[in-house]
Amino acid sequence: MDGEVFTRIFTDYTLRTVALGTAALGFVSGALGSFAVLRKQALLGDATSHAALPGIAVAFLLTGSKAPLVLVLGAALAGWLGTLAIMTIVGLSRVKYDTALGMILSVFFGVGLVLLTFIQRRPDATQAGLDTYLFGQAATLLDRDVKTIAGLGAIALLAMALLWKELKLLSFDPDFGATLGFPMRGLDIILTSLIVIAIVIGLQAVGVVLMSAMVVAPAAAARQWTDKLGIMVPLAGVFGALSGVTGAVISSSATRMPTGPVIVLCVSAVAVASLLLAPNRGLFPQWLRSRRQRHAVRKEAVLSDLRALEEQHAGEAPGHSAAVLRMMAPNPAGVSPRLQELSDRGWVAKTGSDEWTITEEGLRALEAQLGSGGDER
Amino acid sequence: MPETSRRADANPKADSTAVEVADLTVAYRDKPVLWDIDLSVPMGVLMAIVGPNGAGKTTLIRSILGLVRPTAGQVRILGKPYAKQRRLVGYVPQRGSVDWDFPTTVLDVVIMGRYGELGWIRRPGAAERRAAEEAIEKVGLTDLADRQVGQLSGGQQQRVFLARALVQDSLVYFMDEPFQGVDATTERAIIDILRTLRDEGKAVIVVHHDLQTVEEYFDWVTLLNVQRIASGPVDEVFTDSNLRAAYGGRAALFSRELAEQRERAKGGDGP
Amino acid sequence: MSPATEIQILAAVVAVACALPGVFLILRRMALMSDAISHAILFGIVIGFLVVKDLASPVILIAAAATGVLTVTLTELLRRTGRVAEDTSIGLVFPVLFSIGVILISQKAGDVHLDTDAVLLGEIAFAPLDRLEWAGRDLGPRSLWVVGIIGVINLIFILLFYKELKLTSFDPALAASLGFSPIVMHYALMSLTSITAVGAFDAVGSILVVALMVAPPATAYLLTDRLSVMIWLSCAIAIVGAVAGYWLARWLDASVAGCMATMAGALFGLGFLCAPRRGLLALAARRAKQKTSFAVTALTIHLSQHEGTEREVVECRRDHLGEHLGWDKPFADRVLQTAIRTGAVELDNGLMQLTDRGRALARTAFAR
Repeated sequence: MDGEVFTRIFTDYTLRTVALGTAALGFVSGALGSFAVLRKQALLGDATSHAALPGIAVAFLLTGSKAPLVLVLGAALAGWLGTLAIMTIVGLSRVKYDTALGMILSVFFGVGLVLLTFIQRRPDATQAGLDTYLFGQAATLLDRDVKTIAGLGAIALLAMALLWKELKLLSFDPDFGATLGFPMRGLDIILTSLIVIAIVIGLQAVGVVLMSAMVVAPAAAARQWTDKLGIMVPLAGVFGALSGVTGAVISSSATRMPTGPVIVLCVSAVAVASLLLAPNRGLFPQWLRSRRQRHAVRKEAVLSDLRALEEQHAGEAPGHSAAVLRMMAPNPAGVSPRLQELSDRGWVAKTGSDEWTITEEGLRALEAQLGSGGDER
Repeated sequence: MPETSRRADANPKADSTAVEVADLTVAYRDKPVLWDIDLSVPMGVLMAIVGPNGAGKTTLIRSILGLVRPTAGQVRILGKPYAKQRRLVGYVPQRGSVDWDFPTTVLDVVIMGRYGELGWIRRPGAAERRAAEEAIEKVGLTDLADRQVGQLSGGQQQRVFLARALVQDSLVYFMDEPFQGVDATTERAIIDILRTLRDEGKAVIVVHHDLQTVEEYFDWVTLLNVQRIASGPVDEVFTDSNLRAAYGGRAALFSRELAEQRERAKGGDGP
Repeated sequence: MSPATEIQILAAVVAVACALPGVFLILRRMALMSDAISHAILFGIVIGFLVVKDLASPVILIAAAATGVLTVTLTELLRRTGRVAEDTSIGLVFPVLFSIGVILISQKAGDVHLDTDAVLLGEIAFAPLDRLEWAGRDLGPRSLWVVGIIGVINLIFILLFYKELKLTSFDPALAASLGFSPIVMHYALMSLTSITAVGAFDAVGSILVVALMVAPPATAYLLTDRLSVMIWLSCAIAIVGAVAGYWLARWLDASVAGCMATMAGALFGLGFLCAPRRGLLALAARRAKQKTSFAVTALTIHLSQHEGTEREVVECRRDHLGEHLGWDKPFADRVLQTAIRTGAVELDNGLMQLTDRGRALARTAFAR
């Protein structure tokens, strides 16, 4: 892959169309996916996208048209029905949520495949292109597809912005919201519909099988960088858009690179990087912090051991052997490096070969630390 | 504890009934949770709802607030159906009912208390922010206002919920176990705030777990165990026989402890 | 045997092999792990294939099973960081492994006898073409043997560890205290699920495996409360769904695997509506009856609470019934009629009065 590919976005018309389309769908699914993830409905998107497949096939069978709006509407209707079926099964029978979700996902998908094979085996070979909906083919995005994506996406985002406060209430504390007089069931239906829109506009480029990753991964990534919903949602959108464009460009400039999987790998890489590196919640910074804290605690322990020795053996000898300190420490190997750091600060002084004593400054520092160390979180 | 047994009739709004529950029956599927509850709570009281586990305490509050559909019965708040009086009712849910890892700050959560007043689509502005900051100050969390709520201790989270109820500026408050999992200092702080609300003439109704503190904290009490056992001023209603009716065999233990506690209180060196 | 018969037998065996671990997956609320595993094993299958270049090799089975366990482990690790919820961690892990699998297949499309269609649909219709021969004798389709053996392994595992599986599924804490490690059982079940998914993958593809694992046990779950019955019932339902799916496919000239999933879903739908005790229709009928009889009890309790009080004339007037209990008039009338017919309540000048029978009813309701 050479850098030229990315500059071609600005010169190559086809590539620009593809990039615009994937950026738009990535942004919308990332932003609205945040709500799904926060409501612990990350996998509901998986069911919705799989369930959309029969809708696409039926829409084509009924209208004979491959116009994006027709197929997207069919997908949305089926995806929405699938979601509704899950809720109905869970609400009215003893079957649990995970079972209902797995079943609707796979059964709807099965029905979709039946319809697709049925269409494929028909004599009139006008169906070519429907199977791009399985793994996605960003290269097939045309002007009219991008317009559909952008139009529907903008409507969904606008609704989200208008109902921002209500959706926040729904996601954080629906019972409280109900006592305030907001119709929480209705809001639930609205949010679910918005997420369904976010999913179905991505199906052509990313595919039904993997679209759920576009709902989950950008949100999971964005959550690591911020503690504010107002930042998390647009950030997830940006992550989704960047992954979408990158994946689509890589896929359309290499041979035999299905778009959906490539986009999913891009967005997952962002998620992994965020989980590891984000400043506050990232695992690596956290590891550094806890290591630093461990060191600080150990340093303090060495210092206070040294003071204890000083008090016990007052006036006997000018210093104390590091070997004794090592015997007192829970982690003997850490004693020498800690002594070195302490002496760099001037809190201990070397009195002989590997013999040490605490300085006046060290005593003061120890007092100060013991005084303030009590209420650390 | 003379200051806690402040009578309802000393209150200017005492003539209006805060909560009137009539013949309330609630069932989950075919299992009754509450049978034919009648309840009448005046303004200006701080009332505990107590009863054993599974007595329907939380269900009672939730059905009054319309979160659970009753099989029969009706609820009136200040003389009118609840749906018309929402603005006058504040609610503190159980702390465990939300995901505290949600990306939101203390200030943000407290402002939610103003959402009902704002209505659809309108965003909270400077006035809402000021009200929230005031409430946060009352519960002593000013320094933590910009913290993500998950970084708070259990007691602090409970105070966030309390602050959110305070900005609702209601006349009748329902609180579901506000003392659950809080430290002694927070418990003090919370009860002080509840007493202030009561002294302002409001009604505060609290699902409570700890029988030991009922007499100290509350002036009214409702004993519940699927049916209403008794309801009224603590010194009239919180009796051994009522406790036994509510708690069955287990009450023997409680009532002995209570008797000892009362002895101690009489002995002069009370809590 | 004709190819048609062979396909039907294979379909039935695949369905049963999938339903067996499926029973425990849904009881342990782990249906979504089967979704994750069935996607993720594609990675193992492709890697295994690139190494040994033979789809029939047992290496593939082992590589895929290892990938399944890897998926479970990664998901668990991710969840334990506390940074994401459980469903999010599932949703992050399997798309990655599946994507790598799909990309590898597309890249090697020339020299791999795997294509993305086979991944999603399997090739059950071609299964009779690939035959197992031994000493010059034709032993039947190879995949029938593979899936059959996997099914037998599943059955033996369940029979051997029935007690342990039951205990760890219903009460993990008790099981642990009795010395049956829930974790060992968990990973054993996950490995079996992975192996089964690989075996079935060939025939029905990666996503429809989920339908075969989840739908028949979910249907059986609506029909019985007993674990042993549920297992056998799941197998029976799986077989019916598989054979019906085959004929549906014949009729529509469409994918057999897709039709099997469709029929599995249709059977669940049938159970959901018509199951004798838990079906929607039975439930609705019972609810309606219950609602009235419950309301009669509520009425007797209401009357007994106000019996002999000064508010009796207000609370116990027939005309005020709806008003007090918040019932609409037709419902209130129906309840009162039932109460009078069953002899719990008498009307006296528009005033409702409890009979002894009614008082007893109220008392026993309270005593519960």
